Amino acid sequence: MLVINEEQKMLKASVRDFLAIQSPLAALRKLRDEKNSDGIDRQLWGGMCEMGLTGLTISEAFGGLDFGYLGLGLVLEETGRTLTASPLISTVLLSTTAINLAGSAAQKKALLPELARGQLIMALAHEEKAHHDPGHVATKAELRRDGYVLNGHKTFVLDGHIADKFIVVARTAGKVDDAKGIALFLVDATAKGLKVERTQMMDSRNAAKISFENVLVPKDQLMEAGDYDTLVKIFDIGCIGLAAEMLGSAQECFERTLAYLKERRQFGVPIGSFQALQHRAAKMFIDIELCKSVVIKALKAIDDGTPDLSRMASLAKAKLGETIKLVSNEAIQMHGGIGMTDDAEIGFFLKRGRVAQQTLGDYPYHLDRFARLRGF
Amino acid sequence: MENEIGGLNPFRKETRTWLEENCPLTMRGQIKDVNDLYWGGRQGAFPSDDHKVWFERMHAKGWIAPHWDKKYGGGGLSDREHKILMEEMARLRCKPPLFSFGLAMLGPALLKFASETQKEHYLNDIVNAKIRWCQGYSEPNAGSDLAGLQMKAEDKGDHYLVNGSKIWTSFGDLADWIFCLVRTNSEGKKQDGISFMLIDMQSEGTATRPIRLISGKSPFTETFFNDVKVPKENLVGELNKGWTIAKYLLTHERQMIGGIGETDEKLNVLEIVNDAIGSVNGKLNDTILRTALARHEMNREIFALTIDRAIDEAKAGNDSGALSSLFKYYGTELNVEAMELIMSASGSDALMMDDSADKHAFLARRFLRSKGNTIEGGTSEVQLNIISKNILGLPIK
Repeated sequence: MLVINEEQKMLKASVRDFLAIQSPLAALRKLRDEKNSDGIDRQLWGGMCEMGLTGLTISEAFGGLDFGYLGLGLVLEETGRTLTASPLISTVLLSTTAINLAGSAAQKKALLPELARGQLIMALAHEEKAHHDPGHVATKAELRRDGYVLNGHKTFVLDGHIADKFIVVARTAGKVDDAKGIALFLVDATAKGLKVERTQMMDSRNAAKISFENVLVPKDQLMEAGDYDTLVKIFDIGCIGLAAEMLGSAQECFERTLAYLKERRQFGVPIGSFQALQHRAAKMFIDIELCKSVVIKALKAIDDGTPDLSRMASLAKAKLGETIKLVSNEAIQMHGGIGMTDDAEIGFFLKRGRVAQQTLGDYPYHLDRFARLRGF
Repeated sequence: MENEIGGLNPFRKETRTWLEENCPLTMRGQIKDVNDLYWGGRQGAFPSDDHKVWFERMHAKGWIAPHWDKKYGGGGLSDREHKILMEEMARLRCKPPLFSFGLAMLGPALLKFASETQKEHYLNDIVNAKIRWCQGYSEPNAGSDLAGLQMKAEDKGDHYLVNGSKIWTSFGDLADWIFCLVRTNSEGKKQDGISFMLIDMQSEGTATRPIRLISGKSPFTETFFNDVKVPKENLVGELNKGWTIAKYLLTHERQMIGGIGETDEKLNVLEIVNDAIGSVNGKLNDTILRTALARHEMNREIFALTIDRAIDEAKAGNDSGALSSLFKYYGTELNVEAMELIMSASGSDALMMDDSADKHAFLARRFLRSKGNTIEGGTSEVQLNIISKNILGLPIK
């Protein structure tokens, strides 16, 4: 069934109510303008943790709610509407997923309860160039007697500047671009030889550039099932979560634009009475309805463990990337001059949209991947 | 609740057995084309002996219109029994014993709007396959602006005098009667001067002319009415209230187009493009076409998911009206896009239009015909207008 149940509806509604008060779009502007050193509101994050959002995908045995990815997707859809900056993507969507999929029993026991309580901010350090590429790993992990020694650098590490702990993708064997030889390590932010440089992005959120110079990682911090296939699965889930976030942003951006079309008057009439704009609005409506279908299907595919998760992930990520681009571009154009001003909020959707669609692979990347997975 | 293990509901069991024993094997499976259906009517011949057997057996059973009242020639089945019969027919993939616009479109409208006398007369003729009906809505000057129709019916005391013409009448040359929208009042709002009328195509003054499309032959005709006398009792519903009936009927038309659309063999775009272009290392050997094809295949998959979602929303009791408004637009746009991809991939092979030429010949016709998809049944632009106004609430200038 491609519909949500009562319990899921309640989760969505309570998150929406919470964010409406605690994190309207103005909160993001405030963070930006105050040059907040964290780039997030820790009090807000505390509230989100208290609601249990950090434990949605953690099993009850480790103190989570075991609500599943559809639940997390609904939350992301709501934070997409308010453009809430929080570690939800870095810590819950990506890192918690990585530990669930790749962690050893001891690692899960040590980290999942802390993550569920919201006591740990984590970041996944993978990308090494400007375009997403799962196999492209030059960072080396050499096995010595006392542990692994990491050397290399990472970029676009979401929330890297505030992470307590990193999941680092490094290579124990093989050449750059080889699928074989890829491994995942848990690395403390305080580790010697690790340098973190905050990079502020267009969407007023933060990532980091990280370098490793002979960083020693104890052997037991190697993640048990952290191979290439697991990494791809983490990214697939990440793509679907990002698609859910973009769905929220696209809807909010469209609804605001629609309201503006009805209210803004030129030539003595509301500009929404012009057919040139009406048809474009109708096409956006159609695209968003299509997006709702692919997002719910993809979220369910994670929870159901369907074998074609990669295809679903690329389908959802590509469609949502394409749609957020269209909707946020049209939003600026239809708002006219006012849409270009920083005072108007509509520009924030364009900015977040661009970052979200680039994260974990842009439209062309997933279009190509979808074609490959379909055999052409 | 029915228990599939402990034994079927008795009606289902009985129906299943009856269908298995009585539906000829050739009457099961995919409908090949419109000639694989029995349409009834004065000139209607059975395409094969099996078609005749199948129709007669179903007719004797009362299952031509299973859910209509018995006095109208129906089977008097309850909604639940009717659903079971449809499911069991689908299970065996039974072809419909009679396919007609009377059954699928006019019938439902008569049941809702006609007088008792009209119902008994016309509905029985439909069920008995005595009369084949066609639909007269569009006119040369009333396409997207259907309510602007001009075919006139003047009240001459004991009859109406009808003058004008209709266009895009499917199988107008094979039909016995036509149900049409006529103008009975030229003043006031244009929707309020339209009436719903039934006309015998054998009346003096009627004529039809086939329409040849850019793709070649077509089932469409133009229908002409020159001083045609129509008895007063052929008016259905109230005078000048035909627009309501027309709108009701259009919903049944869309359902039927959905059903008959399936008779055209579905083209596998991916396979056709792959065969035509070939691939190197598993990648289509044309990067630009590959991108376009990937985009198309993605949207097609997502569109199918959206249809699934609409069904699920309806099942869950949610309003899915907003969703269904996009199906006509998006489905036909996708179909047109698919044909463009196929033409692009097939090159000059798909330009041959001599039917005897080779396997590609039908592609040119399918391509040309697809251009009509975004026009018929309400143009894409009209669909976008409907969405802007009814769903998005954008103001009318």
